[in-house]
Amino acid sequence: MQPDVELAPLRPPRPGLANLRARAPWAFRWETGLALIVLIIGAAGVLASPNFLTSTNLFNLGLSNGEIAIMALPMTLIIISGEIDLSVSSTLGMSSCLLGFLWSRHWPMIAIFVVIAIVGLAAGAFNGLLVTRVGLPSLAVTIGTLTLYAGIAEILLGPNTVSNFPTAYTNLGVNAVPFTGNAMTYSTAIFIVLAVIFGVILHATPVGRSIFAMGASPEAALFAGIRVKRIKTLLFMVSGLVCSLAGVLYTFRLSTAVQNNGVGLELDVVAIVLVGGISIFGGEGSVAGVVLGVLAFVGIQNVLLLTNFNQEASGVVAGGLLLLSVFGRNAASYSSRLRQWMPARGRRATERPGQAQAGSQP
Amino acid sequence: MTATVLRHEPPETPAESSSTRLTERVFRIRESGIVVVLALFVAVTAGVQHRFVSVSNIQFVLVNTAIFALLALGETMVVVSRNVDLSVGSVLGMSAYLSASLFGGRHGLPIPVVFGAGLGIGLGWGMVNGLLVAAGRVPSLVVTLATLYIIRGIDILIVGGSMVTANSLPGGFLGIPKDTVLGVPDIALAVAVVVAAGAYYLRSFRSGRELYAIGSNPEAAQLAGIAIGKRVFTAFALSGAIAGVAGVLWAAQYGTVDSTAGTGYELTVITAVVVGGVAIFGGSGSAVGAALGALLLSTINSALYVLGISDFWDQAIAGFLLILAITLDRVISVKLTDALRLRSTRRAA
Repeated sequence: MQPDVELAPLRPPRPGLANLRARAPWAFRWETGLALIVLIIGAAGVLASPNFLTSTNLFNLGLSNGEIAIMALPMTLIIISGEIDLSVSSTLGMSSCLLGFLWSRHWPMIAIFVVIAIVGLAAGAFNGLLVTRVGLPSLAVTIGTLTLYAGIAEILLGPNTVSNFPTAYTNLGVNAVPFTGNAMTYSTAIFIVLAVIFGVILHATPVGRSIFAMGASPEAALFAGIRVKRIKTLLFMVSGLVCSLAGVLYTFRLSTAVQNNGVGLELDVVAIVLVGGISIFGGEGSVAGVVLGVLAFVGIQNVLLLTNFNQEASGVVAGGLLLLSVFGRNAASYSSRLRQWMPARGRRATERPGQAQAGSQP
Repeated sequence: MTATVLRHEPPETPAESSSTRLTERVFRIRESGIVVVLALFVAVTAGVQHRFVSVSNIQFVLVNTAIFALLALGETMVVVSRNVDLSVGSVLGMSAYLSASLFGGRHGLPIPVVFGAGLGIGLGWGMVNGLLVAAGRVPSLVVTLATLYIIRGIDILIVGGSMVTANSLPGGFLGIPKDTVLGVPDIALAVAVVVAAGAYYLRSFRSGRELYAIGSNPEAAQLAGIAIGKRVFTAFALSGAIAGVAGVLWAAQYGTVDSTAGTGYELTVITAVVVGGVAIFGGSGSAVGAALGALLLSTINSALYVLGISDFWDQAIAGFLLILAITLDRVISVKLTDALRLRSTRRAA
């Protein structure tokens, strides 16, 4: 960042571009680029297969990615606040197993939902308290609870599978939301509603501003009177609650509760959030970006599926997109560094180490 | 000026060394803590079920630990420099398949060549990670999350639906995990030597110490003239190379390799490293501790099995241990900071 400021006057004047940047700052946002990528993916999908824009395909897309998308929303807020929650998929799995465990013991469904919500909140609170009150790094804490909650899920169900759920609930995975032309699953609808709620909270309330502030600088946020610890704990609790809801959706759509439900999804969720332009260091990003990130991530996998590319290998493209997203965001600093480095190279070989050293300052 | 320095020098030198000693003692406690937990676990389990300390079971545990201890060494190098390598599981998987498939029909191929191939594959990917992190200046969590997907994806493209099966591998190769010297599995001895060498490197070599310096304070390390990029690049390259070798061992141990080999290993390895006392945000911990962490995890795994407790408890216990370990570390370091501060205020007064 510093070299950028220093070098600004040395840059050749480019009134056209500078003008555009000043007049239309939105054109230079990550979200704009991502929207373009999503459009390109959409176009590629339409060209690749007539089945892309059919309601069946959209329905299936929503069905198989709804939970990941839902879990990405609280993850967005947590990463913006400067923390991370890797236990999301285990919380999903734990809630799924709890559902199966209690249902197989003939609990009424309403009571099960209440228990699952409480357990989800407690799981999040456990993460949050370890991070904020004990002062542990969230990366380590949630790798621990990732294993712990997955372990609890295993203990609950062991090798058993519970699948005799009433059709009234498992229809979630078959039926579409009415009046959407059979294209929208209930999980998609829930995602949209939650995205609006999270978007409003993040971008239009004091709490949202505080989340950005504590992500940018926890000390400054604390001195500004923001209850950093309380808000972070609440964010982890919200994440726990939302992930246990995702666990219920996941169980009903597969109409199966089994101990390895959701294993490994946490990395997908983190990847989506990062592709959506959220800085891993916190303090930056938007819910709109994450929604676009979901579309890009899901869209690419679907296009590859429709073009008979080995779908399991779609990680190559997803990982590439992730790399592109971080390097794209750094592009400005690379170009300024390159400019700083180039003349040094031209001058004298002996000057290079010193110059390179200066250039490598973060 | 000179006078003050002279006057202050005598009391400061012993005080400084005693606080260094205190710090060192506390970090020793960290490793001995794992040893104590390990001993406790073994004693209790052996008391209940003597089979647990039978030669064959100990050999089994050691062989199972070997791969994770090896991966933990590479991960330690990366983690002490305040980075993380999530791609080790994918690197292991690709190296396991490609190196094992070298045998395809050519049983005469010398085994060291296969290890060399695994090492090369791992080194290549490690260098890619290192380059992206050091030159691209992108957080390693993001880079290695991306390469985790990419390497696994390429692996799947290469492997497709096929797999390497044990009967396509020569007996000498499959025998590697079974060979023993005086009852100790060769593979465990070899890994112990490698871990010891790695620990010595990190502890006593300048470039190894610099990894700790980078991890405990990157800005200060930069100002002290440490070539951060070069060191971090080396750490990733080594971690990759180690994961590559671990992949060959994996193939030898399991015999059957498909495109899912090593899936999810990254988090187990990080768990072992953190349980072993390596701080997740760098600057402290040792390779020996990380290897002990790996040993503890596989001992627990085996103890549950021997005790007839469903191994479904395995994960929950590992997770609980990890949280316990980092909480204890935190408490110890807070106490340590207080003790050091108290000492210095007393000295000032």
